[in-house]
Amino acid sequence: MAVVNVGSYTMKRPGSKGHRPPPRFVPEKKISWRERAIIFVPYLWMILFFLIPFLIIFKISFSITEISIPPYSPIITFEDGAMQIILHLENYTNIFTDPDGTYLRSYLKSIHVAAFSTFLCLIIGYPIAWALATSKSATRNILFILIIMPSWTSFVVRIYAWMTILKRDGLINDILMTIGVIDHPIHMLQTDFAVYVGIVYCYLPYMVLPLFSALMKVDYSLIEAAQDLGCKPVKTFFNALVPQTKSGIIAGAMLVFIPAIGEYVIPELLGGKDSILIGRILWQEFFNNRDWPLASAVAITMLTIMAIPIIWFFKNQRKQGAHV
Amino acid sequence: MKKQTKSFLLRALILAIALTFLYLPIMTLIVYSFNESKMVTVWTNFSLKWYRALFNNSAIITAVGISLTIAFMSAITSVVIGTLAAFVMVRVHKFWGESAFLLFMTAPMILPEVISGLALLLLFVTLGDIIPVFSDRGIITIWIAHVTFCSAYATVVIRSRIVELDVSIEEAAKDLGAGPMKVFFVIILPAIMPAEVAAFLLSFTMSIDDLVITSFVAGPNSTTLPMLIFSSVRRGLSPEINALASVIVFVVSCFAFGLWVLTVRKQKRKEKNAQMIAAALRKENAKTLAH
Repeated sequence: MAVVNVGSYTMKRPGSKGHRPPPRFVPEKKISWRERAIIFVPYLWMILFFLIPFLIIFKISFSITEISIPPYSPIITFEDGAMQIILHLENYTNIFTDPDGTYLRSYLKSIHVAAFSTFLCLIIGYPIAWALATSKSATRNILFILIIMPSWTSFVVRIYAWMTILKRDGLINDILMTIGVIDHPIHMLQTDFAVYVGIVYCYLPYMVLPLFSALMKVDYSLIEAAQDLGCKPVKTFFNALVPQTKSGIIAGAMLVFIPAIGEYVIPELLGGKDSILIGRILWQEFFNNRDWPLASAVAITMLTIMAIPIIWFFKNQRKQGAHV
Repeated sequence: MKKQTKSFLLRALILAIALTFLYLPIMTLIVYSFNESKMVTVWTNFSLKWYRALFNNSAIITAVGISLTIAFMSAITSVVIGTLAAFVMVRVHKFWGESAFLLFMTAPMILPEVISGLALLLLFVTLGDIIPVFSDRGIITIWIAHVTFCSAYATVVIRSRIVELDVSIEEAAKDLGAGPMKVFFVIILPAIMPAEVAAFLLSFTMSIDDLVITSFVAGPNSTTLPMLIFSSVRRGLSPEINALASVIVFVVSCFAFGLWVLTVRKQKRKEKNAQMIAAALRKENAKTLAH
């Protein structure tokens, strides 16, 4: 077989960190019209249905509600042939200077709940990913499917299942009362505890998968070497295993943390009246109060908070190449 | 040896706890779906009446139909867009707006659904003045919303396969006179087919399961299954939902079993091939040694 285009291959530099895995595909040549056509379709779709919607949210966050269709005031108006742009900042001042502090409190609460759930997912998910990655390949297949399978069933149904387990006359209270550990049922449903259980249950696979793929690539001879040289297990873990799986930890943590901040269904069904997370506020403003501009302002503020974790995740993904 | 047994026991313990945590809620649902009592958690008698009620509930049947239609449409479109996007990411470099492109194909996966849902709805409302398709929301708008986040997942799956492709085979085909279309359909597509199927299935499950984004962009006549379940769960626990959940779990586990059989078979084939190659090599070695 003739070797073609040898010149276009870039060699992988040893020790280079952010290498692109594939050989470059004729990079010297200008991008052909065919490649342009390939880029065009997904690019156009994402600009139209991903970028532009955000610009619209941003725009509407500067208007106020009106009883009209659509239910918000226009920003650009034409009066006497002159274009007028009216920007209302009320929504943002409302969020930050609300006398009850509902919005600010719910932002803080969301960050707190998301951060703690991410931590729980990490300490629960890491051993699972390790057990998966180090088992024999035949058992690994079936275990892998078993771990993923619950997430193929309906999300709402899984939350509903926890409602039947955690409620007053639910499974846990039933069992504990029958054994005689407790006299009165423990109040579990509609508490923050239930919210944590729900988030950990639903987001665990998003943590386990990147950790698993990182742990599969670990050079276990280094771990053995560390142990043979008398390194204690805890130290081995933090000095040999964690650095090698850092990208998996970042990817998993961000895959849990970022969506968890805006979670709506779990706090709505499992949380109490006081677990007002920001996703719930947005939903209420939009569906119950029909205040679209305020909902948009809440969304924009939420996005600003998440900008740093999103960029972090994105950079990590780029460095990683193809693996999530 | 002792160390190995210890690590095996530790692994077994971790996995046992993890699987109990994952499957306890699902098992509870299934058990109580056969309960005669209307009180979801008080066991009285074995009964199939909730299944009968389920299959006679026309609202649920309609919602299942709508959900399946949307999931199928979204999965097909997501795989097409995902394949194109994955190709761009792996094979085309240094084009205008490359970082933005990568960001667009990653961000829909992690963005909270309330934000994406709100953003898309406001887009449809704005576009509705110009293009009438968007003014009445329904299956079309849900389909667009689902494709936007599913194609990001599809891209990840397909991309990881394209990265592994051996470019020299494509180049050989090109040198032998195959056009780009032929190279794609004869060489590339069969090679990435497993990833295409995986991406289709992932998009399908993502789409059929989505609640929040769908609630934003759905219209009055396009209630999907998760929306229906959510509204009935919010009204209180209902044994019919238990029956529905059990049916879903049954379908999914049949599917997972099929997948497992396929992977086992594939692995066996791989091992067999490896053995054959090893045997052939050994023969060859023996021959050279004899010389």
